[in-house]
Amino acid sequence: MNRIVTGAHYGLKDWLVQRITAIVMALYSLFIGAALLAGVSGYDGWRALMAQGFVRFFTFLFIVSLCWHAWIGVRDIWMDYVKPAGIRLALHSLTAVALVGYAGWAIQVIWRL
Amino acid sequence: MTTRTLQFKIYRYDPDKDRKPWMQDISVEVDGTDRKLLDALVKLKAVDDAISFRRSCREGVCGSDALNINGKNGLACLTDLSSFPEGKPIVLRPLPGLPVIRDLIVDMTQFFKQYHSIKPYLINNDPPPERERLQSPEDREELDGLYECILCACCSTSCPSFWWNPDKFVGPAGLLAAYRFIADTRDQATSERLDNLEDPYRLFRCHTIMNCVDVCPKGLNPTLAIGKIKAMMVKRAI
Repeated sequence: MNRIVTGAHYGLKDWLVQRITAIVMALYSLFIGAALLAGVSGYDGWRALMAQGFVRFFTFLFIVSLCWHAWIGVRDIWMDYVKPAGIRLALHSLTAVALVGYAGWAIQVIWRL
Repeated sequence: MTTRTLQFKIYRYDPDKDRKPWMQDISVEVDGTDRKLLDALVKLKAVDDAISFRRSCREGVCGSDALNINGKNGLACLTDLSSFPEGKPIVLRPLPGLPVIRDLIVDMTQFFKQYHSIKPYLINNDPPPERERLQSPEDREELDGLYECILCACCSTSCPSFWWNPDKFVGPAGLLAAYRFIADTRDQATSERLDNLEDPYRLFRCHTIMNCVDVCPKGLNPTLAIGKIKAMMVKRAI
């Protein structure tokens, strides 16, 4: 049975999301690079930086971007290479669960402070 | 006239006789009048008349003699014999990713199915004018780099996304043709054409690998056309 794939309109949305999240991650990387150059170091230094409201906002955005970007990319790989529906569904679910778990864990690691 | 011997390694497969494809070592004498790979292939046919390949116009217009030449897709009739390094056998295989019918001949059904799926003809419901439908020179220029495609399939069969999903991904040749009609000011079905491609497979399996641009014997740029289709979709969506 072949589904007519035309009409599943998430192609454009996913492509766009991947580009936008990439920009967020690039900006955050520059920000962290600048922080390193500015001499932020040690547990206390990073803790002070991460305690600021703006940095919290930006870091949260980065983590969400990373996971969303990875979701689209990894799902694309499963769509390309894994044809049996059962295995593909299992891999999609595992990926989604793992990424949501990682996002929660990352937030907990940074703000358990 | 000076002659030289060319060594070949050629993919052979006759489904009636061979259980598996095999590589044949064969050589042929060519002289100064033999300039292109196709000339050597025609002479090879005199050495072993069972070798099968497609050819027709011998000048890069019909697109029937596309082969995988030393690992890279190209047209035998446009490939200079002088471009091959001396002393190394020339390895010829059929286009990758398509079913082999025999030797260097592949079944292009899937490729043309995708081409037909984008409706490769002008859609205009207005009554035809007495003479032709006119375009400004600027509008006509938009079609340069699009209409020249000869459908040799070098690009689509070098595209990993097409290898994995030839039934769902339109492929670079089909998408280049799609943009040729999307960009045509005389066409009235732009929106339907975009709808037809807006899906995770048909257009968005392209991950800008750009093998298509690398191999196109006509020097066309399907990746650029695909990027323009994506840009039009974004504009339409927001």
